[in-house]
Amino acid sequence: MPPRPRGAPEPAGQRELLSAGDVARTIARMAHQVIEKTSLGASGARPVVLLGIPTRGAPLAHRLAARVAEFSGVEVPVGTLDVTLYRDDLRRRPTRPLGQTALPPGGVEDALVVLVDDVLFSGRTIRAALDALRDVGRPRAVQLAVLVDRGHRELPIRADYVGKNVPTARTEEVHVLFTETDGRDAVRLHRAGDPE
Amino acid sequence: MRHLLGTDGLDPATALAILDTADGLKRTLLGREVRKLPTLRGRTVITMFFEDSTRTRVSFEIAGKWMSADVVNVSSSGSSVKKGESLRDTALTLAAAGADCVIVRHPASGAAHRLASWLGHTGTSVVNAGDGTHEHPTQALLDMATLRDRLGGVEGRRIGIVGDVLHSRVARSNVHLLTSFGAQVVLVAPPTLLPTRIADWPVGAAGSLTVAHDLDPELPTLDAVMMLRVQAERMHGGFFPSAREYAITYGLSEARAAMLPEHAVVLHPGPMLRGMEISAAVADSPRAAITEQVANGVHVRMAVLYHLLAGEEEAV
Repeated sequence: MPPRPRGAPEPAGQRELLSAGDVARTIARMAHQVIEKTSLGASGARPVVLLGIPTRGAPLAHRLAARVAEFSGVEVPVGTLDVTLYRDDLRRRPTRPLGQTALPPGGVEDALVVLVDDVLFSGRTIRAALDALRDVGRPRAVQLAVLVDRGHRELPIRADYVGKNVPTARTEEVHVLFTETDGRDAVRLHRAGDPE
Repeated sequence: MRHLLGTDGLDPATALAILDTADGLKRTLLGREVRKLPTLRGRTVITMFFEDSTRTRVSFEIAGKWMSADVVNVSSSGSSVKKGESLRDTALTLAAAGADCVIVRHPASGAAHRLASWLGHTGTSVVNAGDGTHEHPTQALLDMATLRDRLGGVEGRRIGIVGDVLHSRVARSNVHLLTSFGAQVVLVAPPTLLPTRIADWPVGAAGSLTVAHDLDPELPTLDAVMMLRVQAERMHGGFFPSAREYAITYGLSEARAAMLPEHAVVLHPGPMLRGMEISAAVADSPRAAITEQVANGVHVRMAVLYHLLAGEEEAV
């Protein structure tokens, strides 16, 4: 989709929550928070691993790691963790294709794992991720970073790093777009059923 | 996908999705201490084998267990089949007992299709694990997975299927699947071990199917050669003069294997008759992918169960 010229009216029922510039600034801010909260680079600090949850958690994790390296000089291992096989809603949807799991060479044993996803909604994906994580190793601790927290949690799960809190109605959809997966950066709010 | 009855009629997109899932599962489980996924927790899989089998039955059982399904094995000996219960009644009993999926091997061609029609109203899925001389779809899928690993794919590749094609469900399933992925398949066998009307076999538009009786001239042209077991249990009559003569004319000896291109892969669905269709030295050589086939078999069968049982239930 070509970028909409500035000032042109939004399509009905759609709203841009974050522009490409906002997305970059938000990720930069999250990177600073990760550095501070994990005491990254300090002596005696636990090793940190970023694990993106496919699809869009994966590019987000890589960008976050790049910013963290830029601000702190510490190269943080990045990987992806597919949670499809651990979901509790498989039988409610047509068969899902699997995403990719690629752990960094050092694994997650005894590391501080930061799970990274684009949108935090019901919390069920994160529950599945915690189960999947348990099967690949035993991290010292697990934290969660999300670009957008849209509320409506169904499980006692909260994020440690939130790019933007967005109050939404259940029927609305939050679409995060990344250049790597969608050709551009943006976060958009859609009414259910609206085409992208 | 509701059932997996054959590769004939399996649409290439679905076959590709199964292969990709198998690949994903393989990578997911690689190097793990605990090879167990919670995906099919609470689902019940029943294997029903009316013919002897080691790898297929074990492979399905492991596949089910690694996905956390409850797996129950039924064989004809030791079940009510011995008392004269029909296939239909046995299947309906297993479905009523709570089977979400029945995996069936049967000596009669078409048994899995009959089963699927009898179980049509129950919501139970049927997987064909070999029916007579008809189809063995999961074998073809695991062969394809192995060829993708070794050759990167089969499009435009020349694959020889050698030996007892007449009695081989593996050959039939492979011809459908390989040609639908664009492979050029050549069947090599004595005329007595080739079925009639091969020209009528459905062949994928991008692939081709030819027949040869001489193995040696084919070998240098092949990217992969699949040796078939001589199925003595299905042979009533003289199909070739002697085992020794068969081994000499169609067996893959070391000398013959040396005629294959450097990159060519040797496959065998098993069980192997060493010294008959394949020599021990070739079977144990690095170009043989026979144990990889078995390992891929588990992942492919996990993928099949995933596609049958993990998604939303299709309307019956």
